[in-house]
Amino acid sequence: MVAQIIFLVITLAAIVLFTINLRKIIRNIRLGKSADRNDQPQKRLMTMLRVAFGQSKMVVRPIPAFLHFFVYIGFVIINIEVVEIMIDGIFGTHRVFHGLGGLYDFLIASFEILAFTVWAACIIFLIRRNVLKLKRFGGVEMTSWPKSDANYILITEILLMSAFLMMNAADHQLQVLGSTHYITAGAFPISQYLVNLLPSSESALVAVERGCWWFHIIGILAFLNYLPYSKHFHILFAFPNTYFSNLEPKGEFTNMASVTNEVKAMLDPSFVPTEAEAGKFGAKDATDLSWVNLMNAYTCTECGRCTSVCPANITGKLLSPRKIMMDTRDRITEIGKNIDQNGAEHQDGKSLLDDYITREEIWACTSCNACVEACPVNIDPLQIIMELRRFAVMEESQAPASINAMLGNIENNQAPWKYSPADRFNWAQED
Amino acid sequence: MEFKVPTMAELMAAGEEPEILFWVGCAGSYDERAQKITRDICKILHHVGIKYAVLGTEESCTGDPAKRAGNEFLFQMQAMTNIEVLNAYNIKKIVTGCPHCFNTIKNEYPGLGGSYDVIHHTQLIQDLINDGKLKAEGGESFKGKKITFHDPCYLGRGNGVYEAPRKALEVLDAQLVEMKRCKSNGLCCGAGGAQMFKEPEKGKKDINVERIEEALETNPQFIAAGCPFCMTMLSDGIKLKDKEQEVKVLDIAEITARANGL
Repeated sequence: MVAQIIFLVITLAAIVLFTINLRKIIRNIRLGKSADRNDQPQKRLMTMLRVAFGQSKMVVRPIPAFLHFFVYIGFVIINIEVVEIMIDGIFGTHRVFHGLGGLYDFLIASFEILAFTVWAACIIFLIRRNVLKLKRFGGVEMTSWPKSDANYILITEILLMSAFLMMNAADHQLQVLGSTHYITAGAFPISQYLVNLLPSSESALVAVERGCWWFHIIGILAFLNYLPYSKHFHILFAFPNTYFSNLEPKGEFTNMASVTNEVKAMLDPSFVPTEAEAGKFGAKDATDLSWVNLMNAYTCTECGRCTSVCPANITGKLLSPRKIMMDTRDRITEIGKNIDQNGAEHQDGKSLLDDYITREEIWACTSCNACVEACPVNIDPLQIIMELRRFAVMEESQAPASINAMLGNIENNQAPWKYSPADRFNWAQED
Repeated sequence: MEFKVPTMAELMAAGEEPEILFWVGCAGSYDERAQKITRDICKILHHVGIKYAVLGTEESCTGDPAKRAGNEFLFQMQAMTNIEVLNAYNIKKIVTGCPHCFNTIKNEYPGLGGSYDVIHHTQLIQDLINDGKLKAEGGESFKGKKITFHDPCYLGRGNGVYEAPRKALEVLDAQLVEMKRCKSNGLCCGAGGAQMFKEPEKGKKDINVERIEEALETNPQFIAAGCPFCMTMLSDGIKLKDKEQEVKVLDIAEITARANGL
């Protein structure tokens, strides 16, 4: 009974704490500007099913896709086991689903195989990061915290899967010994090989079984509460992020409605604007970005596929699309903290542009969309870069001199070069 | 040129309407290298007998480089002025010689009141080949020649057009070789996003050099392009590598015109 109460208290506390932190993130995302992403629900659903559930963009890199698939499937399927653990924990039962008979044996056997594949994949992932030191996992933005974060996630998953398998091994052994409470249920294709690691006495076996059971479930609840502080948050946000992702051609940039009003009024004095949308042009700080940009930032798991295909980054420029996403997340999180501590009106005098992302970075972008194409969860770093450029150019008139010259040429000669409009058709005169 | 390029103003005066408007673009109008591509597109249009026209001096920048540089005001000024001209001429269908013009008119003009059926010139060539109106005969033979195609970002990733330029090359019976980074994974030439008009930021290499090295790895005789800006970047790269004699950078339109003896 005491165990049940402790279990219930821990579980409820974990859920409450997670909800508080999740709500903070959603609040932070809502600090962004509006953007309509509710059109074409069917197409959106299909995109989410294909890209997030189906992992369709992962296959470009087959080795990590293969390994990630096991971790992903393992995560989804083994969570069915968590349901049983929850019921057992609350009602003091043991393997409550054993009544399913052959199906139960099949499920437990599947969980074991998946747990082992997750375990193995995480070991390989650790080796890729720390021994092979793959280039994609490095870069200026991969400071000590992002690197530790990745390792913590992998080590936690390895420990959770180890505990799960050890728990089953001990349970299986107790079933063989005919111990009371340990009803014969489940099949143990993996953990049967761990028997040699176990103590022989029944009481010690019970201690191992119970110890692993508690470690596993408390570990899961702790991990749940680690998510809001971690890049691992993608396991939840990949789904809404793909659902609300851009469905238009990647080459299409948004037309700013506020500018349309002004331009129309300029060209036609009798024009009456439909909606008066004040505010600044482009983005200086994270709150000037749209909620989609901010959701993108919280979804990023820092895999670095974007940066590894960025032509600017490949050729040694400062720009890294992953850094754009990480900076955006760090800044909006900082703004959120400021609100919690000092109220909504508090200004810390910092901004995304300059304090996090430099001008040199935003002007190195070729707008080639390689980063957008590469992201396995449809994050769009390019839109953030463009919003920052819009602010620099339209609010501050601060662009590289050659860009200003080009803009001047368009304004005066209707071409980005200094040629006379009267000569535009001269090409037809020559051969 | 051996024939006169018709303008919209002339057609209008004669009470006629073209089947398609050829949007030349700024590079195609002013850049000497790109002018050749422009003339070849006209030769193809003339050769197959499509009724077409250009805007001539009435054309102006689509606003693409202004928009990518962050100047939405200038972009929309350009766009609305162009839309006024296009709508006044009752334009329905447009072919562009540049993926940037193609993307802007196709995707960004409709929201500002300009809706047209817009295709890139490689798509026009593909359509003409499919309809049997254009073959590869009567001109230079590309049979067995090694050609690699560089995907322009705003044609490929930007708008998902990967097949049309390749179809236009397949008809040549040439040997098409793909670069390691091609189609949706293609590497930018380095000119997009208004980079064409500025010096690159500090780095260890220029993007066009990275790209040309990759193109040269395929040991091509021809590098095919579909964008005047890519043309500049790739040609500069070839010059830098001192490979001008061995490797030619040609637009798909130029290759098509050559293969047909135009």
